[in-house]
Amino acid sequence: MSVLILGATSRIAHELAHRYAENGQSVFVAARDADEAARVAADVGVRTEGTCASGRFDATDFAGHAAFLDSVRETVGPIEVAILAFGDMGDQHASEGDFEAARHVIDVNYTAAVSICELLAASMTERAAGSIVGIASVAGDRGRQSNYIYGSAKGAFALYLQGLRNRLFKSGVHVMTVKLGFVDTRMTYGLKTGIPIAAPDAVSRAIFDAQRGRSDVFYYPHFWRGIMSVVKAIPEAAFKRLSL
Amino acid sequence: MSQNRWAQQTLWGWGRYPRVESLVARPERRKEVLDALADRQGDPVLAFGLGRCYGDAALLREGRVVLTRRLDRMLAFDPETGWLRCEAGVSLEEILHTFVPRGFFPPVVPGTQFVTVGGAIACDIHGKNHHVDGSFADHIRRVELLVADGRVVTCGPDEEPELFWATVGGMGLTGLILSCELQLARIDNPYIEMESIRVENLEQFFEVSAESGHFTHTVSWLDCVTTGKATGRGIFMRGRHAPAGTTGGLSLLSRLGRAAPALINFPVDGPDWMLNQATIKAFNEVYFRKHPKGQVNSIVHYEPFFFPLDAVRNWNRMYGNRGFLQYQFVVPPDPSHKAIRLVLEEITRSGLGSFLAVIKEFGERQHGGISFPAPGPMIALDFGIAGQPLFDLLDRLDRIVLDAGGRIYLGKDSRVPRHVFEQMFPELPKWKAVRDAWDPGHVFQSELGRRLGLSGGQR
Ligand SMILES: Cc1cc2nc3c(=O)[nH]c(=O)nc-3n(C[C@H](O)[C@H](O)[C@H](O)COP(=O)(O)OP(=O)(O)OC[C@H]3O[C@@H](n4cnc5c(N)ncnc54)[C@H](O)[C@@H]3O)c2cc1C
Ligand SMILES: NC(=O)c1ccc[n+]([C@@H]2O[C@H](COP(=O)([O-])OP(=O)(O)OC[C@H]3O[C@@H](n4cnc5c(N)ncnc54)[C@H](OP(=O)(O)O)[C@@H]3O)[C@@H](O)[C@H]2O)c1
Repeated sequence: MSVLILGATSRIAHELAHRYAENGQSVFVAARDADEAARVAADVGVRTEGTCASGRFDATDFAGHAAFLDSVRETVGPIEVAILAFGDMGDQHASEGDFEAARHVIDVNYTAAVSICELLAASMTERAAGSIVGIASVAGDRGRQSNYIYGSAKGAFALYLQGLRNRLFKSGVHVMTVKLGFVDTRMTYGLKTGIPIAAPDAVSRAIFDAQRGRSDVFYYPHFWRGIMSVVKAIPEAAFKRLSL
Repeated sequence: MSQNRWAQQTLWGWGRYPRVESLVARPERRKEVLDALADRQGDPVLAFGLGRCYGDAALLREGRVVLTRRLDRMLAFDPETGWLRCEAGVSLEEILHTFVPRGFFPPVVPGTQFVTVGGAIACDIHGKNHHVDGSFADHIRRVELLVADGRVVTCGPDEEPELFWATVGGMGLTGLILSCELQLARIDNPYIEMESIRVENLEQFFEVSAESGHFTHTVSWLDCVTTGKATGRGIFMRGRHAPAGTTGGLSLLSRLGRAAPALINFPVDGPDWMLNQATIKAFNEVYFRKHPKGQVNSIVHYEPFFFPLDAVRNWNRMYGNRGFLQYQFVVPPDPSHKAIRLVLEEITRSGLGSFLAVIKEFGERQHGGISFPAPGPMIALDFGIAGQPLFDLLDRLDRIVLDAGGRIYLGKDSRVPRHVFEQMFPELPKWKAVRDAWDPGHVFQSELGRRLGLSGGQR
């Protein structure tokens, strides 16, 4: 039984690979940058003395998804846990003027996730076991002018996972939505904010525990659940006037 | 997202003096380092590891600094030979954490485990085992260096040796170290067989040091406040990795748990008066008296033996907002110990106490260029920044060290005058020629490098 991590060059994903390998599970990490995925796999192998394989995965190569999953299963066997960590925040401003830029953000964060999850769901349902973890974002909880293209794609992903969870519940397949607040990665580097930024290592521990506890929807850092419930409660008439 | 590659940030070294603003990038993977160099827009560049050098070696005003902390992949390890290949941002703490349970230890460790291997090569760090094992570079066989023209060059003692030896102790000015191969040493357990001996004066220090050659690790705490017949009194510590079968307690750090490092933290700046002459004198007296006369043998965990100060996070804040520096020098062996005596006398006369002082005799191995370790006794002294009186004192110490044919450690420096420095390192012109050949446009610079004419600044 193995763990597949997609978007392995993300620091969060890299840390997650450590958590599962430390736990004795065999891990497969994949990323667009296959060389870097191999370096991540080497690191996981050296540090944990566990097994970690790697490969190339491009989220927007929809036609290649099925063959990709077959190659993973050939290497490490049936997939017990699949984690979708890939994402692309894009550039909101560019997405406003250029539909191709917007579509790319939507494709990576949403369309690709649907394609992969449906394939995973089919094989996990067959075995009546497995766990799918999708990394969404608090940015998907309410649309804001500063990043609504990315936010809407992440929001759609969360909604999709909700439906998938409902559908797969009876077959014993677990689906978890992770809603991350600020995490100290490439995406937030240089960001100036008064809100505490979580360390990727802490994020990985929290996700690992939540996945094993078969949590449904999981905010991390936890206080974001509170923040977002307040943000969501603001009446639209007032919200639309804010510069957020 | 290239729009976020460079962020304005103020950085400082462990002494928190000086503090310098730069454009700072934090690559998450090897390729992003190459991209950062290509995207420097004409500015000079410098690597920054864990910022444990004390002064201005890792700082760069009006330039671009590349943080290496996220370049921390361990790429290969051979348990037969102990060779580890890893990226430059891997810390010694991570190596210890990963490999001590498997029976391996870094070949050389400094007084803190929170340094990167890139920083360890760039400062050619030494440890308590210098007299036996040499310095960090003696255990490196290959370095992958990103050089000024954007190429990645592999160098080592057998491959581009000139570039390798210029990079060793080269303070980041030959290029950016991407990865290295280093040989870990075998150990049987995490414990150290330690003997500590109270030495009543300088003479006795050298006697004990001379008869301690069979210990792999030696260092002595030095009371540099007390004078007269007791000048140079202290507590000599010597040890070796304990043999198989030795058992001992857990270290303080392990007991408190790695997860809760903030338990003992120095979270705010101490008042500037906290370490003044009276408190330093009192501390030294208590510390010396606490140790019984003669010798004490014990088995200790490696953490308190090698890294006693790591138990208090941010202890550097004890010196208050003014910051501090360390004056570290080595002088050639001399039976009369004249230079050491003169230094200690000068300090006493100045009325500026050093809270923390250590002394150790280095072994024979040295690497030329601007690498620090050289044969003879080495002393390291911490001083709170005390304005002109301190800088005047250090100028006088420079004179003594220079007259004795000694040198200071750039990894701790933030003030040595250029003409003094130039006389301390006779091989400097050779080092500079190699450096300049690989980086004629002075792409790699630092505040230290500009100050001392190593790269950038006045040529
Ligand atoms: C408590 C304490 C005890 C210490 N004890 C000792 C000791 O016993 N012996 C000893 O030798 N030193 C000692 N030091 C100094 C320390 O070991 C060195 O300064 C070391 O280089 C710090 O590593 P760093 O990763 O923090 O590097 P930084 O401080 O970030 O950088 C140091 C230098 O290395 C360069 N550098 C860093 N990474 C790279 C890279 N990837 N490529 C090229 N250049 C790079 C920087 O540009 C800079 O010039 C001590 C420091 C402290 C705080
Ligand atoms: N950091 C935060 O504050 C934060 C907050 C909320 C949610 N998240 C989410 O957390 C996840 C991890 O992000 P991160 O913060 O670690 O940032 P990151 O370093 O930018 O990670 C994003 C990952 O997505 C991969 N990716 C992008 N486009 C891809 C594509 N077309 N095909 C395959 N992989 C692709 C990237 O891989 P390559 O570029 O190497 O191919 C990278 O591994 C993302 O889903 C992100 O949306 C992050």
